[in-house]
Amino acid sequence: MALLELTGIDALYGRVRALRGVTIAVDQGEVVALIGSNGAGKTTTLRTISGLMHPPNGSIMFDGKDITRTPAHKIVGLGICQSPEGRRLFPRMQVIDNLRMGAFLRKDPAGVQKDMDRVFELFPRLKERTTQLAGTLSGGEQQMLAIGRALMSKPKLLMLDEPSLGLAPILVETIFQIVREINAQGIPILLVEQNAHKALEVAHRAYVLETGSIVKTGSGKELLNSPDVQRAYLGI
Amino acid sequence: MMIFRTMRKVWATDPRVDPNPLVYTILTVGAILYPVWAQISTGGQGDFLISVLADAGVYILLAIGLNVVVGFAGLLDLGYAAFFAIGAYTYAFLASDHMVVTPLGEAIHLPFWIVLFIGLFVAAAFGLLLGAPTLRLRGDYLAIVTLGFGEIVPRVFKNLSVWTSGVNGISALDKPVLPLWLQGPWSGDSLEVVQNFKIISPMAFYVIMVLLLGICVVLVNNLRKSRVGRAWMAVREDEVAAAAMGVNTVRIKLLAFAIGAAFSGFAGSFYGAKLSLVSPENFGFTVSITILVMIVLGGMGNIPGVIIGSLLIYWVTFLFLPALPPLANEWATKIGLGGLVPPNGDWPGIGEEMHRLQFLIFGIILVLTMLLRPQGLIPSRVRQQELTRGVTEDQTIEDVNAETTA
Repeated sequence: MALLELTGIDALYGRVRALRGVTIAVDQGEVVALIGSNGAGKTTTLRTISGLMHPPNGSIMFDGKDITRTPAHKIVGLGICQSPEGRRLFPRMQVIDNLRMGAFLRKDPAGVQKDMDRVFELFPRLKERTTQLAGTLSGGEQQMLAIGRALMSKPKLLMLDEPSLGLAPILVETIFQIVREINAQGIPILLVEQNAHKALEVAHRAYVLETGSIVKTGSGKELLNSPDVQRAYLGI
Repeated sequence: MMIFRTMRKVWATDPRVDPNPLVYTILTVGAILYPVWAQISTGGQGDFLISVLADAGVYILLAIGLNVVVGFAGLLDLGYAAFFAIGAYTYAFLASDHMVVTPLGEAIHLPFWIVLFIGLFVAAAFGLLLGAPTLRLRGDYLAIVTLGFGEIVPRVFKNLSVWTSGVNGISALDKPVLPLWLQGPWSGDSLEVVQNFKIISPMAFYVIMVLLLGICVVLVNNLRKSRVGRAWMAVREDEVAAAAMGVNTVRIKLLAFAIGAAFSGFAGSFYGAKLSLVSPENFGFTVSITILVMIVLGGMGNIPGVIIGSLLIYWVTFLFLPALPPLANEWATKIGLGGLVPPNGDWPGIGEEMHRLQFLIFGIILVLTMLLRPQGLIPSRVRQQELTRGVTEDQTIEDVNAETTA
């Protein structure tokens, strides 16, 4: 059984239907990418998983539990953590306090300290800036902090929403390198990206979302080579 | 505007230097030396000055409490005086003869020390009661609801005259009593141990107030650095992100509200006991606003700043402005404009004119302070950093609201 399983998820914004019967799965150890154009429903899918929205139809199973109606603040405790789109840092809090917030629900100070060290190992830049306010960091550093904060919750599943958004090409490279590294440490990742090319390179498997429905699925490589995907998303 | 910009630079402090330890030291030393100074400078008649500072202490306590709600958790509470009233009336009900004239028909006289805590819990309970349905609201809406609550509570006390004596208020409240007290030459008496010593002297109130404030400052500072304190700030910064970190936002906001209310109730009980009188007139909207101004002016979120702000605003509103008319008369005479003093036709006399202009002058003082030091007198380092280095916010809270309520 998969770690995370969405079955036939619908989502509504008022009367607008943002998702139609989305069915996706993430297995242990995988990087799964969700690609699609603006407004396809990628972020909505993540919001539904993290409990910020509740779907009228369909079910979400995580780790053998039904989490379809679980409120947002309890989802983290179950082990799903999202680094949200637009990063959503706490701008007027220090870098270190942002990271501490990531570990808000954890009761093992020693483990938290260990993970903090691990985050600093992954992002040495953050270590130099522990007492700086998050809002004064550069875009790339903010993205690093957002990922670091998500890691602090010791997630069983990490969800990244547009980690490359608004970053310089060199930083995009770094961020995807880090996605690989995190995954190599055994954390499964659900990756939502507009930068389809990069996402498909990193992902083991991927889904293509179009106006709220999954229209294609396959391994990262398959989709990279698929003519449809190339035309629509890779600009080849 | 050039002047303001230059002045602001002159006034600006180095954000790398933390002024808090220095301010705490000055405040502590000042609190100890003040009574001595008051007595010496007036030749032993300093009771009034000491009493005034004890009253100011009530406002400091209120400001520290409201700072938890507004400064830490970012919830704009415009009806904070309501909890102050609830604390004061709790003391009036539980520590005076007043209950004799109510349907209860029997006086309740609980000791001050116990009522202090009852007042705290009653106010906190009302905080929860108000918070539970309203804390789902955000920003401006919460401010409006709390404003309503702040208007309702004094009116209830005013109109529920069977229980509260209405506009007359409740007077002759019990004075605090110490079960044991060592009397001696320092209070001008012979050395002996007295039982059930009644606290009447302003000095005793002053000492109690300083001790209470000390305890509260330590408490609030620990709260701020705790996990709860971080959660408050996270909710203030980005509620959705805080929820995504596992913070139960409704509960954490309720907690801030209840703790803020508790401080207010605590201060209210003390106020009732010291003044020995409560009346619905003492808890109006202006009180809520004054406390808010104290926080903003002092440096929102930073305790030493809040204390300094409270002292300053208290001094301006309760001492400086009322003293202004006679002062103006005196100065006018001194600089040879004695002709301005007596009323003449439409001119009411400089003293009366100053009296009429009180609020204008208060306003000008506030506007000037905010122009010269927008970060507050003693801001937290965080706020200082934010203003000097700039914080980029991709999304404002309004964006978040629009998005999440869609």
